[in-house]
Amino acid sequence: MSNTSQTLQRSRSGLFSDGFDIGQMLLKGRAFFALIAIIIVFSFLSPYYFSVGNFLTMASHVAIYAILAMGMLLVILNGGIDLSVGSTLGLSGIIAGFLMQGVTLKALGVTLYPSVWVVVVLSCALGAVVGLVNGVLIARFKVPAFVATLGVMYVVRGIALLITNGLTYNNLSGQADLGNTGFNWLGFNRLFNVPIGVLVMIVIAIIGSLMLNRTAFGRWLYASGGNERAAELSGVPTKRVQILVYMASGVCAAIAGLILSSQLTSAGPTAGTSYELTAIAAVVIGGAALTGGRGNIRGTLLGAFVIGFLSDGLVIIGISSYWQTVFTGGVIVLAVLLNAVQYKKRAKPAPKASPQQTGKPA
Amino acid sequence: MDQLPSSYLAPDVVLSARDVVKSYGNTHALKGVNFDIHRGKVTTLFGENGAGKSTLMKILSGVINPTSGTITLDGKPVHFANSTEARDHGISIIHQELSLAPNLSVRDNIFMGREIMTPTGVNFAEEARQAQLLMEELEEEIDPLTPVEELRLGQQQIVEIARALSVDSRILIMDEPTSALSASEVEVLFKVIRDLTARGVSIVYISHHLEEALQITDYAVVLRDGNITATAEARDIDLEWIVRNMVGENFDLGSPPTGYEFGEVALSIRDISVPGALPDTLSVDHLSLDVRAGEIVCIYGLMGAGRTELLECVAGRVQKAGGQVLLEGRDVSRLTIAQRIAEGLALVPEDRQRDGLVQTMSVGENLSLASITNFVRGLFLSTGLERSLIQQSIKDVTVKTSGGEAPIGSLSGGNQQKVVIGKMLATHPRVIMLDEPSRGIDVGAKAEVFKLLAERAKTGLAVIYSTSEVGECLSIAHRIVVMSRGKIAAEFSADATKEEIMAASGEAVVA
Repeated sequence: MSNTSQTLQRSRSGLFSDGFDIGQMLLKGRAFFALIAIIIVFSFLSPYYFSVGNFLTMASHVAIYAILAMGMLLVILNGGIDLSVGSTLGLSGIIAGFLMQGVTLKALGVTLYPSVWVVVVLSCALGAVVGLVNGVLIARFKVPAFVATLGVMYVVRGIALLITNGLTYNNLSGQADLGNTGFNWLGFNRLFNVPIGVLVMIVIAIIGSLMLNRTAFGRWLYASGGNERAAELSGVPTKRVQILVYMASGVCAAIAGLILSSQLTSAGPTAGTSYELTAIAAVVIGGAALTGGRGNIRGTLLGAFVIGFLSDGLVIIGISSYWQTVFTGGVIVLAVLLNAVQYKKRAKPAPKASPQQTGKPA
Repeated sequence: MDQLPSSYLAPDVVLSARDVVKSYGNTHALKGVNFDIHRGKVTTLFGENGAGKSTLMKILSGVINPTSGTITLDGKPVHFANSTEARDHGISIIHQELSLAPNLSVRDNIFMGREIMTPTGVNFAEEARQAQLLMEELEEEIDPLTPVEELRLGQQQIVEIARALSVDSRILIMDEPTSALSASEVEVLFKVIRDLTARGVSIVYISHHLEEALQITDYAVVLRDGNITATAEARDIDLEWIVRNMVGENFDLGSPPTGYEFGEVALSIRDISVPGALPDTLSVDHLSLDVRAGEIVCIYGLMGAGRTELLECVAGRVQKAGGQVLLEGRDVSRLTIAQRIAEGLALVPEDRQRDGLVQTMSVGENLSLASITNFVRGLFLSTGLERSLIQQSIKDVTVKTSGGEAPIGSLSGGNQQKVVIGKMLATHPRVIMLDEPSRGIDVGAKAEVFKLLAERAKTGLAVIYSTSEVGECLSIAHRIVVMSRGKIAAEFSADATKEEIMAASGEAVVA
């Protein structure tokens, strides 16, 4: 309790509280304990599960969901929801595929082959634009987030289908003589034996944590999600915050789309269908409140790992994919149930604090 | 609604509350109240905001349960688990805040929850017929099929009254029924009340319009700080008696700070208008007011006088219909809330929970929220700077808390209010506006808040606060501005009397 930044973080559903109540500890750290339990159970059930190689493979699957979920977390902290991220993920891959095939400018009679970094930047910019549309609809035109992003979800998916006419781009590796190779790097290469996708996830997690805990924007986000009216009257630019979180979510979706299409070495217009729901589930399992204002990056990452390690584990031990769906659903319902238990307790003044508070003169 | 049995008509007590206590944690809303309702008479409950009137009425109508004490109906002790049970005993309440479903019709609202059923469904025709009869009785030309949201506020109040009448109540509690009514509607209401009492219905009436209430009532009961301070028959008393008992001997809330000269005009409100809830109405009507640096101005007025609208408009929350706001000579009318705060104009809103605090954040995070950009060094917040501000603020505004990291919900109402004030003071304002800063906080915290403001005024801060409690006008304010119907009705210096101020606010004006 000596350091304010530590204790401020603690007050936002930290992983380890400094109380000694086992029940409280299990409740607060539930995502972490669930992950440990999943790893232990599957390690017993399959000899292949517990190995560094398998963990890294699973982590590169998790990275896609985790990146989406971190963008989603920002939106949920603001009290909103973003249903368009799955579609944005798909469109991002399509745009990358489209650019990699070469852009023919008929008027000039040339075909441009943008290099990979240009492709990446343009895809991310596209994600930001989708987010901007969401944000403006919600912040300026007061369209409920659920409806606005639902509409954008369909529109974006439709655009992806229109661009490819429903087909899939299969050649994303580029050609050395055109100078646009390297797209596979994102999905296949490893740095220090860690897949690039996982590293990207870690970088986004660090940036996200710093932003949430150490910048004014982060404080504005927590405040406007916790009580928008109070935040506005305190001088928080609530509309700008709202638009920016949807843009961040769009960029995260675009990045996830690039990594996924690189991993698959193909970009299909239906990629990422229903991923938005997995992302929301990860955020919720991570302890964030759908009403806004509560949640953190660490919890969301854990949530993504719980979902990813559970479904990969079920695949490894050979359980039918129908059962996987049932299990995943059960985990989500349980997570929401525990969230309700946790925040119900929080709503009342902490009984432990009261004697201090009345006894100690300020 | 036939004549009630004759046994009801005896002029005695139909319902009585004995030693009723209601506590919320450490705050006692009612401290052992004895209250009688006389059969076929109007009993009016007088008292300032926060005196406990609404709490007592909610207990009598089963909305909330008392912490201790007994309620006796017709000589038998009763216990209401909820308002439906109280209604089954013939006790109805018309709340201050209307409890109508705006999307439903007048008919559906009147019969909500006790629809007239036939084997094949709701008997809408019979409901409509009865609703029509009620409307005729209340002399209100409203089609029972009109959606409530299309009615004027006064008409909505009539619908609420009709609903209470439709259940054949023996005891009807009216909490501020006239605050939204026009003069002619008040007359109709009074006629209805006289009809009802003639039929043996007992009425409990609550109003801030003292003289109006005195017209209709048979008994007067005065409540102050959770205690009954006086009871009398209406024919024995006058307005002055009510005011004297309502206000009582004041807890010392301080006096205007002296020993310094006011500075230049810090805030100049020029000809400000704010649109009202209904088209073509103004909740603030071409109002002008100057406040100088170091000056403390109190804005007094009844509910609906336009105080909140004025302050929120000046702060930038509410769009104005016209006029200008000058802060130290600079026009800030077109700036956003954030820009006005940066310029030195801060508002402490009326509703702490809704507009003042972020419940999901800690005490410290709430305190630093409005001034958070001051702690940014490079990209990131300086934790050290923020922490020292939080500690300084906790000390300056005397928040009693275990520390900056305590959850905001762990504080008492008064300390929460100090956090909201501290948050805005941390932005180093030139002008601070406080909308009902004493609402829902105990008298000790009230005095501390006022002391704090008086000290800040000495350093050149211009302070404007609004209140609906006359005792608070005559505390630290150098000047008292009385608002009524969106306009300044009168201005007083610090040596005005309570009676003068209350008279000017329209409280003593007969409809």
